[in-house]
Amino acid sequence: MPRTALTGTRIRARRNLRGLRQAELAREVGISPSFLNLIEHNRRKVNPQLLEALAEALGVSADALIEDQDGRLIEGARAAAQRSDAAGTELERIDEFTSRFPGWAKVLAETQARVERLERVIESLNDRMTHDPYLGEALHEIISAVTSVQSTASILTDAEEIDADWQARFHRNILQDSARLAEGAVALVNYLDTVQTDEAGLAAPLEEVEAWLTRQGFHLPEIEQGLTDMDVLVRGQVELSSEASRVLAQSWLAQFAADAAVLPLEALSDALSDTGLAPEALAARFGVPFDQVLRRLALMPEKVLQAVGLPPLGLVICDSSGTMVFRRAVEGFRLPRFGGGCPLWPLYQALQRPHVPLRQSLLTAGRLGRRYLAYAVAVPITPPAFEAPSVLRATMLIVPQPAGAAQAEPAPVPVGSSCRTCAQLECIARREPSILVTGA
Amino acid sequence: MGKRVLVIEDEPNISEALRFILSRNGWRVEVTADGQAALGSLSQDPPDLLILDLMLPGVSGFDILRDLRAREDTQSLPVLMLTAKGQAADRIEAERLGVTRFMTKPFANADVLAAVHEMAQT
Repeated sequence: MPRTALTGTRIRARRNLRGLRQAELAREVGISPSFLNLIEHNRRKVNPQLLEALAEALGVSADALIEDQDGRLIEGARAAAQRSDAAGTELERIDEFTSRFPGWAKVLAETQARVERLERVIESLNDRMTHDPYLGEALHEIISAVTSVQSTASILTDAEEIDADWQARFHRNILQDSARLAEGAVALVNYLDTVQTDEAGLAAPLEEVEAWLTRQGFHLPEIEQGLTDMDVLVRGQVELSSEASRVLAQSWLAQFAADAAVLPLEALSDALSDTGLAPEALAARFGVPFDQVLRRLALMPEKVLQAVGLPPLGLVICDSSGTMVFRRAVEGFRLPRFGGGCPLWPLYQALQRPHVPLRQSLLTAGRLGRRYLAYAVAVPITPPAFEAPSVLRATMLIVPQPAGAAQAEPAPVPVGSSCRTCAQLECIARREPSILVTGA
Repeated sequence: MGKRVLVIEDEPNISEALRFILSRNGWRVEVTADGQAALGSLSQDPPDLLILDLMLPGVSGFDILRDLRAREDTQSLPVLMLTAKGQAADRIEAERLGVTRFMTKPFANADVLAAVHEMAQT
């Protein structure tokens, strides 16, 4: 068995070695044969309790069934090799390399992980520099003050005689611009001081809400339990420093409560065990709109999702203008902090076909592309009226697909995050060159 | 009598410094912060040279440049564009619209004078 094998593949191999049928093993650990089949094809994750049960039934330790340290080293080394343009990388000897030089392999894997982290930081900072209106204006103000000071000081230090009136005027101008420069610099430092994570800073109310929700794991059990005074949850939260972010958070909580009321956690969890991740079936079963199911699924506690073999899910909501009004990122699927996302996302396709639920397999652009399944729908949030414009809200659920999962039919659509940071050069939707790949 | 230069710049202290160095260099200098109003006077009585800030309130330097190049009497007016935005895209756009010189802020007075001198010769 190759050391890079995924957990499901390992379980299948161990079962075959013991001559057990799927139904026998499934019965022994108390799950359905079809669920075991999904696990063995790496289409469902295994929670720790189930892993222990499977290991016991197969007579091995749980560690033997999960991807091992060597496997991670191999994947790290492979990822580093795939990013290199150097011809002749000895990929076929990667196994030998990691076993003979585990220390060096660890260095390579860690370096690779660091490169990926730094790329995300660059992406985020570039995004901010390009689209953040406050930062652009603050820098413009500072450059203007510097220009004035430099030009005026240069006149004053000039060897030529300067009239006393002009001299006094220039001194006054320098004083004014120095004060302006100092104020601008302090304002800029204060602004940048709001950076609270190592990867990117907080800027807009939406980002404050996201930071707050991230700390909560995008789930508030108090609301599941029927709490209706949203102010209690919002007041005094360190991330929600502006009034705008508190208003946004309250509105989000109201939505969360409405979703939780019609899709109770326990009932939804049971339904997921029966149907697997099938939002359309869940919408029919509970008699609720499709977008409500998408929102609720993405905001379920991770341990509940894990219990039914699902990874953490991502969610993006945008309005008719394409502006994102809610984001929950998911590993590997980058969501731009400012500006629009990739026009090929089903999120935007849904805006063209209101009420029609969409499902699309996606492959993120780049050498290390990952596969996702996205569900999306757009619905009007304004009442029908002849004289008033209609406003739509599109919702997209992002479901990571296991690396070993069978190739989707039809082929996945390659998508990016935003054009500036997308490696997909030949793209019909490209609106500006990429900063990551030369020649775009 | 010296040649006339019009400076369209909304930062008064930068305008004042430009007025001083250009006047000392023999130019007759007019200064305005109002790009929209300047468009009218430019057409009626074009100066010999224009120094134009890119980011102006109301109407941008690009808008003014586009307008100037569309008019017969200002089609070939030498224009020095000054900007705090040094992005390549802005330079490319300015060149596409027919700017004569493009200079980023902060600038050295000597460089502005050299550019203006050179533009006035052509």
